[in-house]
Amino acid sequence: MRIQFRLNGRPVAVDVPPGRRLLDLLREDLGLIGTKEGCGEGECGACTVVVDGKPRLACLTAAVQVEGKDVLTIEGLSEAGQLDPLQEAFIETAGVQCGFCTPGLVMAAYALLRENPRPTRDEVRAYLSGNLCRCTGYAQVVEAVLRAAEKACPR
Amino acid sequence: MARVKAPVEEAEQVVGKAAPRLDAEAKVRGQARYADDLSFPGMLYGKAIRSDRPHARILRLDLSQVAAHPKVACVVTPKDIPGENVVPIIYRDMPLLANGVVRYVGEPIALLAAETREAAVEAAALAQVAYEDLPAVFDPLEATRPGAPQVAVPAAAEGGNVFNHMVIRKGDVERGFAEADVVVAGEYRVGYQEHAYLEPQGVIAVPEDSGITVYGTLQCPFYVQNAVAAVMGFPLAKVRIVQTATGGGFGGKEDVPSHLAAMAAVLAWKAGRPVKLVLPRDEDIATTSKRHPGLVRYRTGAKRDGTLTAVEVEFYYNAGAYQTLSSAVLWRGLIHAAGPYRIPHVKVDGYSVATNTVPCGAFRGFGSPQVIFAHESQMDELARELGMDPLVLRHKNALRVGDETATGQRLTESVGLPEAIGRARELSHWDELQDEVAAFNAQERFRRRGLGASTVMYGVGMGAKAPLLDKAGAYLKLEADGSVTLAVGTTEMGQGAQTVLAQIAAEGLGVPLASVQVAPVDTSRVPDSGPTVASRTTTVQGMAVLDAAEKLRARIVGAAMEMLGCPKVVPGDGRFHDARDPTRSVSLAEIARWMWAHNWDMAASGWAEARPVDWDAKTGLGNAYFVYAYACHIAEVEVDLLTGETRVTRFWAVHDSGKIVNPETARGQVIGGIAQGIGYALMEELPAEGGRILYPTFTAYHIPTAMDMPDEFVVEFVEASYSGGPFGAKGLGEVPLMASHAAVANAISAATGTRLRAYPATPERVLDLIGRGA
Ligand code: FES
Ligand code: FES
Repeated sequence: MRIQFRLNGRPVAVDVPPGRRLLDLLREDLGLIGTKEGCGEGECGACTVVVDGKPRLACLTAAVQVEGKDVLTIEGLSEAGQLDPLQEAFIETAGVQCGFCTPGLVMAAYALLRENPRPTRDEVRAYLSGNLCRCTGYAQVVEAVLRAAEKACPR
Repeated sequence: MARVKAPVEEAEQVVGKAAPRLDAEAKVRGQARYADDLSFPGMLYGKAIRSDRPHARILRLDLSQVAAHPKVACVVTPKDIPGENVVPIIYRDMPLLANGVVRYVGEPIALLAAETREAAVEAAALAQVAYEDLPAVFDPLEATRPGAPQVAVPAAAEGGNVFNHMVIRKGDVERGFAEADVVVAGEYRVGYQEHAYLEPQGVIAVPEDSGITVYGTLQCPFYVQNAVAAVMGFPLAKVRIVQTATGGGFGGKEDVPSHLAAMAAVLAWKAGRPVKLVLPRDEDIATTSKRHPGLVRYRTGAKRDGTLTAVEVEFYYNAGAYQTLSSAVLWRGLIHAAGPYRIPHVKVDGYSVATNTVPCGAFRGFGSPQVIFAHESQMDELARELGMDPLVLRHKNALRVGDETATGQRLTESVGLPEAIGRARELSHWDELQDEVAAFNAQERFRRRGLGASTVMYGVGMGAKAPLLDKAGAYLKLEADGSVTLAVGTTEMGQGAQTVLAQIAAEGLGVPLASVQVAPVDTSRVPDSGPTVASRTTTVQGMAVLDAAEKLRARIVGAAMEMLGCPKVVPGDGRFHDARDPTRSVSLAEIARWMWAHNWDMAASGWAEARPVDWDAKTGLGNAYFVYAYACHIAEVEVDLLTGETRVTRFWAVHDSGKIVNPETARGQVIGGIAQGIGYALMEELPAEGGRILYPTFTAYHIPTAMDMPDEFVVEFVEASYSGGPFGAKGLGEVPLMASHAAVANAISAATGTRLRAYPATPERVLDLIGRGA
């Protein structure tokens, strides 16, 4: 099946079998390995991408579902080489350890800040509660998101 | 001559600073390459065909339909293994592929490689296996009874199913209990804990250059090299292991990658093509190692004033079907069983027992969290009996310099425990906090808060169980432009080792951190550096890096002196200055260029070996570890009396790990370890029945989310310097997990007014506790 959508700001057209997961389309067919598979069953959030501004789990999304949509992956966040403030903040606060959860967390946080540019600490924690991280204990991750929000729209 | 102020050399410039992680940028960009991110031309997908019986003889293995699948490239049974059918770990009892008998559900029987991942899964389901079931046993106590089915391979067991029985006999416990005014006793139980590293296990074996290279997510490349060489029948030099970016390990990637890599290597060799073997999450949870379930019995005696007189411990760990790391796990549990306290009379008996279950292995804390739950519960029970403040009781008995540990080891330096307890007390405002909690409880009807403390010690490094592994090599190369390449043999798995080691290199060389690059770990670059475990990397690998740095620095300084024509130079601002006239200086880049142009040797290798340890297996006495790290944690929890739900609301953690090389990554280690401890105490539960893990998914196995974490964290370090570590550093990685769960457990007991004696404290268990306590 031929589908067309925007990927990281650019139009793409690909052939996919109807059952193919968005995750496999991204990672295996398009070589965008930044999006990770941690569980394949919608529980860990490592595969989070942003579709039309909303966080989506690429392991539970059929590729054909993004027909006509706007898909943003971790690679698209810093496409001109310039890091997104969120990425910078994750580096500054040491919100990254093994890094396997990081692309998913960053994308979820990106969607959060679009919806709610100045979230409270508890709002950040609640929004990110679908993204598992086994390394950090989340404190420095939450700090990173708050710091990026502060930078983008200082009070 | 006028005194010129030379750039400071005394104070450390890079060590002790919160430098950003070297690997962070690639990781936030999604550019770091983990095992499943790598592909090779012609690559196949491997899959193991696994036993679905806990104990059975294999009567017939029919793989004809598997082999006939159009997308299957090759099939492997034990007779296709070119070398030995063994995964050598500490013992050699575990075959790569079951040898006629399967001993646990999930044990690999045969292998296949197919053109696609999907085809591999499809084909594996076509295997026909006929079994004759054998009697099986799943409980370690039952497995030790006479007449129990024999699970352990006899050559790997001390007797029957007891893999190992280890003891400590210090003083005379009966006398110690006779001298006690108060004795408390209890039995404590814990189940599995699953590592739940976010990146599942994965390797890719690539046949090349008349040997084999394996890329993978792993902690211990030299273990993997050894295992692959054994199954291939190759000399070690024909086996190269390259670590990919590794998405968490926590011990789960200590021994398991050896098994996977050996499977992938045999497949790749037979197929003549690269083979990727990545475990789906359910297969990973169901078939790879976990924290040992344990049953721990304690008796603790003390004088009226709180002075400990005796401790007696008996504990059983369910090892699973094969030895893997159980003997080492048991040993660490044994040495840590009595806690960080001064106790004249100690008797400990630890048993690791074979059952028809998945082999358990290494998990952060390595056999110590189970006994820590028990000893820290005992301390609180004792405090209650004595009417003493639990922190005061701990402080009173805490080890100090000059004291003897439970194994009779005299501590000669670097014991920051009393200070850590004192600091935790101050930071938490312990006394006011008690009042606050009491006031809350007085006014709430259906919620109770509780405070809990814990103190732990941690023997850094391999200790006297495996001193031959406590070494490390490093290689430092000054490039012609002044940048520096560092190669080490221990791995980055998220803990921040790479950054810390680069900081040590930069400090040792007197160069800015930004000039140091760390190469991917590759067994062909440095000598066998032992495993990346036991919180030993900063200390032992750090000393090797420092050794290399000092050698290379001597040459850099020599070159700078020749260039400047002066007898002494000092570093500063990335340059080397004439000590007599600091305005005259050369940059590292200029020095490197000069060395290159004068054909100087621009590389140095470093080596380090841990300080000697000794231990007597008969008495259990000796200098078990070269140094210990310590911690004191305090947790506040809130229990909902109606639902049984528990939340950890606030947390204070004070650690002595000697000099902290990077405070920011160290803080991350502490908070991350606390999270895993909260999970262990509150929610992580992996039920099994008949040797089968019932629900091997993240849907059923809950680890903490951001919502489960305390609202407030205070983390601090007291740095009791260790003379055998780089700049005074000891180990840290495992300690936070070890201390945290016990503080949470004690807080729950305080909140509910009863005693939690089994993990995890799920709402049902807490309701049950409240029912009994009320
Ligand atoms: S891989 Fe999609 S949620 Fe885990
Ligand atoms: S950093 Fe390792 S899982 Fe989040």
